[in-house]
Amino acid sequence: MGANRCAVVGVGQTNHTTVRADVSIAGLVREAVDRALESAGMTLADIDAIVIGKAPDMLEGVMMPEMWLTDSLAASGKPVFRVHTAGSVGGSTAIVAAQHVMSGIHKRVLTVAFEKQSDGNAMWALSVPTPFGVPVHAGAGGYFSPIIRSYMRRSGAPAHIGAMVAVKDRTNACKNPYAHLHEPDWTLEKALETPMLWDPVRFIETCPSSDGAAALVMVSEDVADTMNVPKAWVHSTAMRSEPTMFAGRNQVSPRAGELCAEDLYRKAGITNPLEEIDVCEVYVPFSWFEPMWLENLGFAPKDHGWRFVEDGVTEMTGKLPFNPSGGVLSTNPIGASGMIRFGEAAMQVMGLAGEHQIDGAKKAMGHAYGGGSQFFAMWIVGSEKN
Amino acid sequence: MRDVGIVAFAESQLTYGTTNTPVEMIVPTVNEVLKNAGIERTEVDFWCHGSCDYMTGQPFSFVAAVDALGAWPPIIESHVEMDGAWALYEAWVKIQMGEANVALVFGNGKSSAGDMNRALTLQQDPYTVAPLWPGLTAMEGIGACAALQAGTVTERARRDGAKNGNVLVSGSESADELLSRAVTSAPFRDHDLPAMADGVSAIIIAAGHAAKRIAKRPAWIRAIDHRIDHQNLGWRDLARSTSAAIAASEVGVHNDKVDIAELHTTFSHHEQLLINALQLRTDATRITPSGGALVGNALMAAGLSRFGHAARAIFDGTADRAVAHAQQGACLQQNIVAVLEGN
Repeated sequence: MGANRCAVVGVGQTNHTTVRADVSIAGLVREAVDRALESAGMTLADIDAIVIGKAPDMLEGVMMPEMWLTDSLAASGKPVFRVHTAGSVGGSTAIVAAQHVMSGIHKRVLTVAFEKQSDGNAMWALSVPTPFGVPVHAGAGGYFSPIIRSYMRRSGAPAHIGAMVAVKDRTNACKNPYAHLHEPDWTLEKALETPMLWDPVRFIETCPSSDGAAALVMVSEDVADTMNVPKAWVHSTAMRSEPTMFAGRNQVSPRAGELCAEDLYRKAGITNPLEEIDVCEVYVPFSWFEPMWLENLGFAPKDHGWRFVEDGVTEMTGKLPFNPSGGVLSTNPIGASGMIRFGEAAMQVMGLAGEHQIDGAKKAMGHAYGGGSQFFAMWIVGSEKN
Repeated sequence: MRDVGIVAFAESQLTYGTTNTPVEMIVPTVNEVLKNAGIERTEVDFWCHGSCDYMTGQPFSFVAAVDALGAWPPIIESHVEMDGAWALYEAWVKIQMGEANVALVFGNGKSSAGDMNRALTLQQDPYTVAPLWPGLTAMEGIGACAALQAGTVTERARRDGAKNGNVLVSGSESADELLSRAVTSAPFRDHDLPAMADGVSAIIIAAGHAAKRIAKRPAWIRAIDHRIDHQNLGWRDLARSTSAAIAASEVGVHNDKVDIAELHTTFSHHEQLLINALQLRTDATRITPSGGALVGNALMAAGLSRFGHAARAIFDGTADRAVAHAQQGACLQQNIVAVLEGN
């Protein structure tokens, strides 16, 4: 990595639910920011620069809302930077913020990502017909279900795998006080009885619509060394992009995701990710993306991701827990979801994950993807300096 | 810090009312900047794009732009919902941390796709200001009333614009002639307003050796900084641009003579505010010789174009030390300033 080390010293997220009518957008953002600053023992006055991310502005109807949020974040006179890389944005934003520190430009950077879906209509905003473009009109579920069917056909995965992932994530979410959905009584049988939304994606296998925000405080090594708080050292970051569609594109396991993971492991000095990484917070908005990403990220051999799920490898008690927080399947404030993954990964190596803590987690992965499975952002954080 | 220089610049012919899609708009300019640099796209380590969904009226409008880049095999790429000048900033950060050596940044905007005076209102407080639909021109009018400097500024912008073949409007009226025209939106006459445009701007920046290999005389980015102000117009002294002044001070604009300054002036009164904020001496510094955004304002690209024109003056030896500036938001809310040097 670059010449300078960077540590996460503060993590905060909101309580998530379908409608946070008790707060404005600014209030929602501050809830996450204040919690992150409190865990770092800092205030807004300590912050050198702020990096803000969110998904399309049309989800709330505020154009470039970071300009309006300036005063809510006491940012007047400071640098404020806005990232937007589709669904991967929460991850990309954390990476851009980390790089503000790793480059040596700033010492104390605050990053925040949010979505207040209840202020608008995401299903509408994601389905606006575009001239000369392919009309989707089906939201994300309609877009991704054919790709999932393709995965099932290629890998021979049995039909209940998706429901297994969903039950695991919803059960994990009950251990996470910030998760949107707290539904303790799911069984595989009950999950398989939920309505089919976009074949093969059932109701339980899809993410909720959430209002929420997440924030991280990142500092340079010299600052971190003076702080008596838990730290997550950023071991590596990586991003990759590829076009949405072209003939022969592998949409099940996009090349951009594979390359991003390879680059990430190389820079973190990881040669055997399955053995060396203790826990993953991976962007799984539809249950079947867990086995698909297990393969794409190099944890499972091709066509074997579903066997990992069936064997319990990704359970909290398994060899490689996936989404002990409950993941995107339990909480999805779109633009913030990636940053929650990155933040939850940090919390695991900081030992701050409470009931969903994986004992002894030393290295964790945060992952986000966006667009038509074409934008990838990932990081590895560790309890020790890289 | 690593030495990083601007090594190539291209901007499209500005139009109003193009029927091209964003991808069709972007491809020629990206190709042109690569050609100007004399490099292949495979030599670009990092790509960064600045655009705004509200220009095209569709969410995720930048996603298709990846198609314009030849992103196969996959590329390292990012996007900011900001003027392309901030895409350049992100690329500069990437190069500083050693993640890239050569970066291509671009901004594109299609102002003709909607009523930008109305659309830009949506940047304001969504609970108390935006529902009143004040319109950008009215908000800028409040700023202009606070700091009115009309006529002569615009005359120069139009005259210099005539020399930049890409601009939308040009002319040779005198200040007196301009000031005799009707006020169209108090206190503005038509020539005080930006000529809204559709266009694309692209720049390649490179580190040390790569920069020297690509360009005969790179425009070295000696310092770059960006700052934001309060949004609420009532909380600011609109006769000054505080954030521009902080950014200019951080990069040391006034530490030495400035040969040219490319200022992102979208309303004519901005020029004097920025000259004051950057502490420029108009007897020693040519101000916005490209004509600037008053003669062609392709939103999300126009700021990056200022960086390109400032760099061009270094490339061709017209300037040894240049200042590039871009801004966004009502009444110069957010500003980015860089010092470029040839030596």
